[in-house]
Amino acid sequence: MLEGMVATDPEVETRPIRDLDVTGSDSSLRRFLHGLPGVDQVGAEQRAAQLSTRSIKTSAKAYALDLAISMVDLTTLEGQDTEGKVRSLAAKAMHPDPSDPTCPPTAAVCVYGDLVATAKEALKGSNVKVAAVATAFPSGRAAMDVKIADTRDAVEAGADEIDMVIDRGAFLAGRYLEVFEEIAQVREACGPAHLKVILETGELQTYDNVRRASWLAMLAGGHFIKTSTGKVQPAATLPVTLVMLEAVRDFREATGTMIGVKPAGGIRTAKDAVKYLVTVNEVTGPDWLDPDWFRFGASTLLNDLLMQRMKLKTGRYSGHDYVTVD
Amino acid sequence: MSRADVRKTYKLYIGGAFPRSESGHSYVVNDAKGKFLANAALASRKDARDAVVAARSAFPGWAARTAYNRGQVVYRIAEVMEDRRPQFVDALQSSEGLTSRQASGVLDAAVDRLVWYAGWADKLTQVVGNANPVAGPFFNLSTPEPTGVVAVLAPQSSSLLGLVSVVAPVIVSGNTCVVVSSYERPLPAVTFSEVLATSDVPGGVVNVLTGSAETVGPWLASHMDVNAIDLCGLAGSDELAAELEVAAAENLKRVRRAPAAEPDWTEEPELSSMTDYLETKTVWHPIGV
Amino acid sequence: MAASSQKFEYAPAPESRSIVDIKPSYGLFIDGDFVDGHGKAFKTVNPASEEVLAEVAEADDNDVDLAVKAARRAHRGWSRMPGSERAKYLYRIARIIAERSRELAVLESIDNGKPIKESRDVDVPIVSAHFFYYAGWADKLKYAGFGEQSLGVAAQVIPWNFPLLMLAWKIAPALACGNTVVLKPAETTPLTALLFAEICQQADLPPGVVNIVTGAGGTGQALVGHPDVDKVAFTGSTEVGKAIARTVAGSHKRVTLELGGKAANIVFDDAPLDQAVEGIVNGIFFNQGHVCCAGSRLLVQESVAEDVLHRLKRRMATLRVGDPLDKNTDIGAINSAEQLARIRELSDIGEAEGAERWSAPCELPSHGYWFPPTLFTDVTAAHRIAREEIFGPVLSVLTFRTPSEAVAKANNTPYGLSAGVWTDKGSRILQVANQLRAGVVWANTFNKFDPASPFGGYKESGYGREGGKHGLEAYLR
Repeated sequence: MLEGMVATDPEVETRPIRDLDVTGSDSSLRRFLHGLPGVDQVGAEQRAAQLSTRSIKTSAKAYALDLAISMVDLTTLEGQDTEGKVRSLAAKAMHPDPSDPTCPPTAAVCVYGDLVATAKEALKGSNVKVAAVATAFPSGRAAMDVKIADTRDAVEAGADEIDMVIDRGAFLAGRYLEVFEEIAQVREACGPAHLKVILETGELQTYDNVRRASWLAMLAGGHFIKTSTGKVQPAATLPVTLVMLEAVRDFREATGTMIGVKPAGGIRTAKDAVKYLVTVNEVTGPDWLDPDWFRFGASTLLNDLLMQRMKLKTGRYSGHDYVTVD
Repeated sequence: MSRADVRKTYKLYIGGAFPRSESGHSYVVNDAKGKFLANAALASRKDARDAVVAARSAFPGWAARTAYNRGQVVYRIAEVMEDRRPQFVDALQSSEGLTSRQASGVLDAAVDRLVWYAGWADKLTQVVGNANPVAGPFFNLSTPEPTGVVAVLAPQSSSLLGLVSVVAPVIVSGNTCVVVSSYERPLPAVTFSEVLATSDVPGGVVNVLTGSAETVGPWLASHMDVNAIDLCGLAGSDELAAELEVAAAENLKRVRRAPAAEPDWTEEPELSSMTDYLETKTVWHPIGV
Repeated sequence: MAASSQKFEYAPAPESRSIVDIKPSYGLFIDGDFVDGHGKAFKTVNPASEEVLAEVAEADDNDVDLAVKAARRAHRGWSRMPGSERAKYLYRIARIIAERSRELAVLESIDNGKPIKESRDVDVPIVSAHFFYYAGWADKLKYAGFGEQSLGVAAQVIPWNFPLLMLAWKIAPALACGNTVVLKPAETTPLTALLFAEICQQADLPPGVVNIVTGAGGTGQALVGHPDVDKVAFTGSTEVGKAIARTVAGSHKRVTLELGGKAANIVFDDAPLDQAVEGIVNGIFFNQGHVCCAGSRLLVQESVAEDVLHRLKRRMATLRVGDPLDKNTDIGAINSAEQLARIRELSDIGEAEGAERWSAPCELPSHGYWFPPTLFTDVTAAHRIAREEIFGPVLSVLTFRTPSEAVAKANNTPYGLSAGVWTDKGSRILQVANQLRAGVVWANTFNKFDPASPFGGYKESGYGREGGKHGLEAYLR
């Protein structure tokens, strides 16, 4: 008998194994994730480039701009953040264009955990959600109990959404089950709050990894999959988002469960945002064209969306003096 | 008492075997002075058909050989020819009316020609293939491939050097062929088939029909499973050559047109003697991670 | 807040037509000037609206003779001009094409029916690049290994599917090698060739180096059969290609033919499926399927056939069919009523032979010639839709079980122009690519073209190569 082979107990009858859980072990998880169809880099990038050539004009543009505004997670994640900064951000989230009441509010503000209470207070009475980054954002390099505590603190302070980071080191080392368990535990700690799982695609490097990490996060119970922390370059790109949209589309077909997608970082212009919406429209279909299922993690994007919105309404190009500084 | 010699029957060479013509016909071959030399099998259209079948079935295996191996096999033909020098010299003397010294010189040239082509087997791809620098993230490579089954109407005058000079360039790149020998001088071609049979050339790679290019040629030219045709043997017969070219258009055979007159075979051949029977395949693949 | 019930409908985004000035009538371009033709003038129409665009002169035998004579006269000077000087004219042309690219793209889309995004992003940029590429060869011919002498006068006949691109594929290498040309554009798409004639004038190309004769089959026959032509280059149907091969038989004329195809696009179960679906769509619906190298036979491994078809149909449903000048149009108009009739006929035969027909749900405009993106399943190798070139947006889907079966089915055709193979296994790509009898093999991609890459077929798809160093061979001795 070869070393490592397991002796068969003649008393135990073998039987076919039917419902083998793909998340039962590192090896079964690996087999599943590596069994997903590969992604050809050039093909994926060309598809994204083709979608970028769509020409969105007039009524379609008006629709897209308002939709994009309503999908923004208006974000500040700086060491210099203060309560004042967060309050001003919250005010802008509720009324992005103070001169125009038809302008929709953003979906959420996104802050560090210690500023959740401030944000919650400032947004009281509005539908704008508070999202908090947690789990030792942005590197994720902390002990598990620290990450859980980080998450619980934010939820207890009133966060509606938790943006966690995965352990990219564990993922790249192939310790998929460890990443899975971590996401599952954070999800548990989220309680009623929604969980966004940040893959940090800039560190995963390949689209194959992005697809596998997407499935891993979805299997582990994330409500959203998010591209980036914004602290690593490249952050969100259209082809990365395309691959993630394909993943949520396929996941719904396989399980019936819908998962949201959030590209974050690097999306600065209305023109870019519209390209993402076109991609959502043509890859997952219109079901995802909703702030419940698609978000932009951004800060400067909002002002460009607002300026383009003014241009469309007035026929004149707007300027930075006519939108509020964050 | 003188011994009655055992005379040789000159047969066709198809699929590695030496059949008589299925038609049962043979024709009289005289030597250069008009004296009876032998009866040769007179290939019919059905012999041509059988030869094409043999060539087609030999094609995938021959084309799949490594270039190095094909080079060795062609070189081996030269070796075996050298070994049969007296037989070839004799055949050349009687067929082409050469002196022994002249015939020996022709054989030298034929052997050297085979050696020359043998060396081409693993160089042709490097000379006519190349990487293409396309404007995008793609690996892009063009390589030559054999076109398939080639019908060769061998030259009428140069029955050995000419024959070798039209067969070697066809097979060295992986094609298989059906050759119609010189009508009046078929015996060197038959001896050549015997060399092929005892060398390492797989059966069917070269099939030799003795007989008339004028009667068998049109069947080969119109045959839908033949990919290319060399009309060399019709040099000077412009009308017939044009007719065959018209017939060849039916499946768009690659045609190497007949020269106005038979060329000087002692000159070094042009690359087109090989490239006329090659296809270029270009493969694209994305470059990514 | 944006109502999520509202759909993301793309508003019309038409490219402006005002950039092109279509004249009411066009003459022939002979010896550097526009002259009247002596045949019966014909009309060219916009296939998207059936609107008559212009009246175009037809060249009769005498006109063709005048054009060949002009080309012969010009050959003396052009062939003796130093290659470096010829190169400069070609570079000039490449630059003018780039400068006038939008004008050319719009005109191409109007006359041909192809979507503006393709004429703008594919056809015209490659046209300019093609002239630029061959310009650089003009003074380096000795390094190519095909001789340095030009052949003389080239008769060139091109099809309607890529009017300007096919013109570039023909004219650029011919001129670089020192030949002069008489080119006949297709009857239904002459306008960009005539605009190209203007560009030749703008570039001060010596008169007679390029001559354009418009007309139908008769003009083409007169040109190809002209005794003073040294070289015939044709792109078009296999049927006409065979007729040309017969016409030139017994002459001294050199010939290259780029003809039909029925390419297999082979998808293995380990393929990158999302990109494979894009490749299938691009393979058959690019340019309305009016592409000789279109991947018109999808060969999909049985184990993933259902999955691939599901993905494919979902993707096809997002294709936008309509106004070729709308920047968001993916599929434009069928080029002519005649071609539409052929696509309909073969599709009806496919159905009658028992294949299952499915068309993407899309609204077709009421005027013009249109056909929805369509696929047939349950197709066997014996069906006519699996054997004959439909030259339209119609895909035949066949299945296979093993690699050898895939190769056998792929090669089971008199054509051999192109093929596709999709798999993540490198060794399988190389093995299958080796075994495919086709001049271009796209692995994990499809329908890619580049001036530096040779293009041309095996078997009844023609002979000779266009593009790359190989493309010089047809014009040198």
